[in-house]
Amino acid sequence: MAPVATPFFFYLLSGMMLIGGILVITRKNPVHSALALIVTLLAQASIYLMLYAPFVAGVQVILYAGGIMVLFLFVIMLVNIDRAAKERTFNSQWVVGIIAATALGGLFIAVYTKGKDIFPEHALSVIENDNTQKVATMLYGQYMFAFEIASLLLLVAIIGAVVMAKKRI
Amino acid sequence: MEQLIQYVQSYLTSDQTPGAAGNMFWALVYILLVFVGLSIAVIAMNWLERKILAHMQVRLGPMRVGPHGLLQPIADAVKLLLKEDIMPAEADAPIFWMAPFMVVLAAFTVFVVVPFGPTHAITDMNIGILFMLGVSSLSVLGIVMAGWASNSHYPLIGALRSSAQMVSYEVAMGLAVVSAILMTSLNASGTGTLSMIGIVQAQQTQGIWFIFKFFPLGLIAFFIFAVAMVAETNRAPFDLAEAESELTAGFHTEYSGFRWSLFFLAEYSAMIAVSSIAVTLWLGGWLRPFPNLLNNSAWDLVFSLVPGITFLFLAAMCFYNAVRMPKHPFFRIQTIGLAGFGVLLGLIGLILFIPAVSLRVQDIFWFSTKVAAFMYLYIWYRGTFPRYRFDQLMQMGWKVLLPMGLGVLILTATAGLWPLIQHSIWHP
Repeated sequence: MAPVATPFFFYLLSGMMLIGGILVITRKNPVHSALALIVTLLAQASIYLMLYAPFVAGVQVILYAGGIMVLFLFVIMLVNIDRAAKERTFNSQWVVGIIAATALGGLFIAVYTKGKDIFPEHALSVIENDNTQKVATMLYGQYMFAFEIASLLLLVAIIGAVVMAKKRI
Repeated sequence: MEQLIQYVQSYLTSDQTPGAAGNMFWALVYILLVFVGLSIAVIAMNWLERKILAHMQVRLGPMRVGPHGLLQPIADAVKLLLKEDIMPAEADAPIFWMAPFMVVLAAFTVFVVVPFGPTHAITDMNIGILFMLGVSSLSVLGIVMAGWASNSHYPLIGALRSSAQMVSYEVAMGLAVVSAILMTSLNASGTGTLSMIGIVQAQQTQGIWFIFKFFPLGLIAFFIFAVAMVAETNRAPFDLAEAESELTAGFHTEYSGFRWSLFFLAEYSAMIAVSSIAVTLWLGGWLRPFPNLLNNSAWDLVFSLVPGITFLFLAAMCFYNAVRMPKHPFFRIQTIGLAGFGVLLGLIGLILFIPAVSLRVQDIFWFSTKVAAFMYLYIWYRGTFPRYRFDQLMQMGWKVLLPMGLGVLILTATAGLWPLIQHSIWHP
């Protein structure tokens, strides 16, 4: 079967991601921003799919687009948008923003110019058909410890949320 | 030209899905077939729901348009298309426009991986079930968008209720699905599969439907899924999002005409989609009943006759009712129409008796029959159960189904590893 991972799709999807990302920070209405963020996340899932990582793509759609973003929208809708839109927010963070953007841009330029030396050229052997199984054996075999630590972190977050939400336990 | 014909013919001998074989033409044909079939199923479901609900409540239901109201869905569709398309003045126009399409897109895209047979799926994905759950979870976004963009109280409350409900029940649903997927790993290699076709094939090789596996664990997981899927599709008794007495029509109160009908279409195709997940995971997908117990050629023949007999039975029902129609000249056209419909069904039944045809399509028949049973259950629930209160609904999801799902998951894993555990106890 002919590969779908053509440059055309890569540029299309990254273009979508960029446009979505720009819309997220330029829209006045937070609901529109959240929807633009969903477009970005879905395009990102498609890029994972292009990299022959269907499992990661599926999890991205379920967790981010289907789960987290719905909660985002939920919160935004309960907030009084009319009042929030009038408030001037985040205006004092220009300096930090510029520093972070320059650092990230520098990193990108470094990778673009020196990339061939840093990352070894590696032709991908197509393992799409047992991708999920490979992820599973890696996660529960080689990287078991790291995986469990990550789940512990989530547990801490859950307990924190419960403690914050409930006044008396 | 010859190349084209060869390209089209090359798939006919294949034993793969068109997606896996990489044949664009047949993939397109399958997509069209699924789309048309789904639309017909939604129309049929519309008629059946009104009719069955009516009979459950000792009413007649639609009787006027066509014999026994058979043409009522078509009349409804025409009415909806001719209705004025209204948008509230204060609505957020682009999102109000997008919402119904988002919902329909999510509801129809999942059918890409639904396996109607070992070769009768548009494509088979390595992440099949994950894809289905993920894409169908996107329909929440459409509902939230619709509710918010209407800029009105009832839709907003409806959308909030509906999304809270869908997000909470997704958790229990996911746990039930995982316990079924664990069962697919009980083979020589020890790795399971997420592919929809692979899951059914695992049931075939293990010789048991997963609903009966590790009795009663499979049954409990199936029960959790069966409850969660009703809540996921916002149907009675969990239809708080569109509780007529409190919220008019919930998130689609402000929609009218064609856009409302898109929500309707999406709701019913989402019901069919979740039912086909349940059928694939627990009820053996396209496999006929007792594929391993009654597996000699005589039983094969008997079961291959069932599709044709079913259609002949439906045809006989049509003729019986055509005979019972009132003899008044007003009803002549209706009587002829019903008899004609019976002839059509009978012809389909006769075609299904041809061995080559029945061999090719009986898997589709069994799959659709199992899904149809679920659709009847949906109507039955609606006719039977009173609506839950919202706190009861949340309690049910988080305090009953979720712990049950976790327990079943752990017990299923233990049961699957039991031979190993036993071995290590007796031979340390």
